[in-house]
Amino acid sequence: MSEKEITTRQNLHFDELWAYDPAPESPDYVKIEEKYDLFIDGRFQEPESGRYLRTVNPSNETVLAQVAEAGKKDVDKAVTAARKAYDGAWSKMAAKERGKYLFRIARLLQERAREFAIIESMDCGKPIRESRDIDIPQVIAHFFYHAGWADKLEYAFPGYRPRPLGVAGQIIPWNFPLLMAAWKIAPALAAGNTVVIKPAETTPLTALKLAELIRDAGLPPGVVNIVTGAGQTGIEIVNHPGIDKLAFTGSTEVGKLIQKAVAGTDKKYTLELGGKAANIVFDDAPVEQAVEGIVNGIFFNQGHVCCAGSRLLVQEGVADELVYKLKMRMESLIVGDPLDKNTDIGAINSKDQLDRILGFLAEGVEGDQKIYQSKCDLPEKGYWCRPTLVENVSQSHRIVQEEVFGPVLSIQTFRTPAEAVTLANNSPYGLSGGVWTDKGSKIFKIGKGIRAGVIWANTFNKFDPTSPFGGYKESGIGREGGIHGLLPYLELSQ
Amino acid sequence: MSNRVNVLKTCKLYIGGKFSRSESEHYFQVLDKKQKPLANLCRASRKDLRNAIQAARKAQADWAGRTAYNRGQILYRMAEMLEGRRDQFITELERAAVSRRNAENEVDLAIDRLVHYAGWTDKYPALFSSVNPVASAHFNFSIPEPTGVVGVIAPDNGALIGLVSLIAPVIAGGNTCVVISSEKHGSIACTLAEIIHSSDVPGGVVNMLTGFRADLVPHLSAHMDVNAVLSAADDTDQKKIIQENAHLNVKRVHFYDGTDWLKEQSQSPYYIMDFQEIKTTWHPVGT
Repeated sequence: MSEKEITTRQNLHFDELWAYDPAPESPDYVKIEEKYDLFIDGRFQEPESGRYLRTVNPSNETVLAQVAEAGKKDVDKAVTAARKAYDGAWSKMAAKERGKYLFRIARLLQERAREFAIIESMDCGKPIRESRDIDIPQVIAHFFYHAGWADKLEYAFPGYRPRPLGVAGQIIPWNFPLLMAAWKIAPALAAGNTVVIKPAETTPLTALKLAELIRDAGLPPGVVNIVTGAGQTGIEIVNHPGIDKLAFTGSTEVGKLIQKAVAGTDKKYTLELGGKAANIVFDDAPVEQAVEGIVNGIFFNQGHVCCAGSRLLVQEGVADELVYKLKMRMESLIVGDPLDKNTDIGAINSKDQLDRILGFLAEGVEGDQKIYQSKCDLPEKGYWCRPTLVENVSQSHRIVQEEVFGPVLSIQTFRTPAEAVTLANNSPYGLSGGVWTDKGSKIFKIGKGIRAGVIWANTFNKFDPTSPFGGYKESGIGREGGIHGLLPYLELSQ
Repeated sequence: MSNRVNVLKTCKLYIGGKFSRSESEHYFQVLDKKQKPLANLCRASRKDLRNAIQAARKAQADWAGRTAYNRGQILYRMAEMLEGRRDQFITELERAAVSRRNAENEVDLAIDRLVHYAGWTDKYPALFSSVNPVASAHFNFSIPEPTGVVGVIAPDNGALIGLVSLIAPVIAGGNTCVVISSEKHGSIACTLAEIIHSSDVPGGVVNMLTGFRADLVPHLSAHMDVNAVLSAADDTDQKKIIQENAHLNVKRVHFYDGTDWLKEQSQSPYYIMDFQEIKTTWHPVGT
């Protein structure tokens, strides 16, 4: 399509003809306490620190609850409880019984799925369609999948005897609060470890609801301990000598600090860190499908996704048409109330994160970058960012090199497949990558060329508990999910 | 008896498929087991190390891109070359470190270990791959791929078998490596480099440095183009340095301290997997 054809084409008027009536999911149904304590040794306990943090609904800036901030003593209590549970009930329990507890958690979650989805959307800002149809079903699937592994671990390592490591310290981010908790807790327990887990400070509520559910499920006290708090609480977990294994999901910056902090100890660790995925569209790709994939790649979960397809690499021949269609598609995206079932893009998780995203865009404006944002209305209160494209960028720009963690897509063009692979790999990250083409042989060649742990070919941002996830290079160490996600929670002996 | 003066070998570094002296022209002397001078070895400098890392990086894509069959044949070729020079290695090991009987045992085991890993190259990917039954209309599979450039720090025990046991799984898996040989047994490493050089192993796949670990380990572990470090040197202080420096670019680090490489069990595909990354690919299933 020529530039002239594009500019003369009549644009669609989504705002007038395509308006949807609001379809909000009611939050009346859920019960959020005013104050949450720490879940240690099977019961909620007031923090020794005496401190509480507030967690805020990012779509309207109201305070949802006060949440305890675990200090050094609290973390110590949690680790002690986890150790006691490990030495006691948990390691003595038959593997199949351990598995049945996990099945029980999965079932209880299914029963209360909608409640969890609503709270997730309120605390995190993500659209209810995503928390209801993706996050919570994936959480359940994760527990169900790993439950089945508990009594089958020796089949995963023929000739070896797998044994649990002990107490796992786990620190998770705010972008998929309950899903990340499931990714951490389920394999750890299936492998026979006990857990001290810290949810992110801005999104602790679903993990605390999970604590209630774990209590109701009758898990032996101390098997799962949930300690809320901010960065300092995480540091106490990392440095606690009673921790045998650390599992962290978050930024590469913090991941590196953890790797440094555990130097000189025998702590094992896995790290799921940042990304800057290239989503490569070849000129033989089905353009409409590619547009959907690009939208899903970068605007899913407000772009708060470590594996987001944040760099669009498009072959020159199809670039004009693709970018035109992408802009049209962006105009139809609804940004607003996370609890509205029509919403495509919810609230940015926090003021801090919004400022960070806007900082990138301000820098682009000062430079020579061309910024395009859809023209949708935004609510008055809350933290919002319209879906954004940044054109006219080069490989050295910060927007191309650094993780924005927001609904911001940079666009570069390329001529040859080799050039696309070079651009894709020109990054310290290596978490994921996308390939769009109708030619099978090209998928395998480009997929092999991209140095990343997950390749989505003619699709993007798909997840499943059976499918290992994790990064190359500075995107992390180790895998989560699938048969490859088990070993980080086990040691093997002959 | 002849009065012939025998010809001594000059030991050099092996970088990018070439034997060269250290750019620093520094050397150090190693002694044999009777504490007599055995050889003058190059004391590799930071610059030599960087050159070696560069050579390893340059060779990596081609080596990883070879077929598993080809890599297996090349490892087998190494075993053939080692077998052909079995007597030389026995003599050298006996002079440098161990009894004749132990030297024979060690060389035989080193040859067999190369054969063992030669046979793994086209099998471990099948064992550690998976087709994942995802709950959506996608075909999804996971395969191992090499981590990249690996820094290898050799143990002081098992002058030959230690080296072979570390290098073989790393390169069998498609990685390239920079090896810091044992300070005590660098001369054996120099001779092993000759085996590698004559075995169709492409230049840069194995780079062998002699020198002082204290000179090299901090820089090796801090280098931003090294993806992983493997140490069997059993040195607590250096272990901490490696672990700490690893954070600069999220290196994978593995320590095989205290392993008896002379044991038959000290070989397994898990040694290969320590330097593999799992890549998962998704594709829709439909029309």
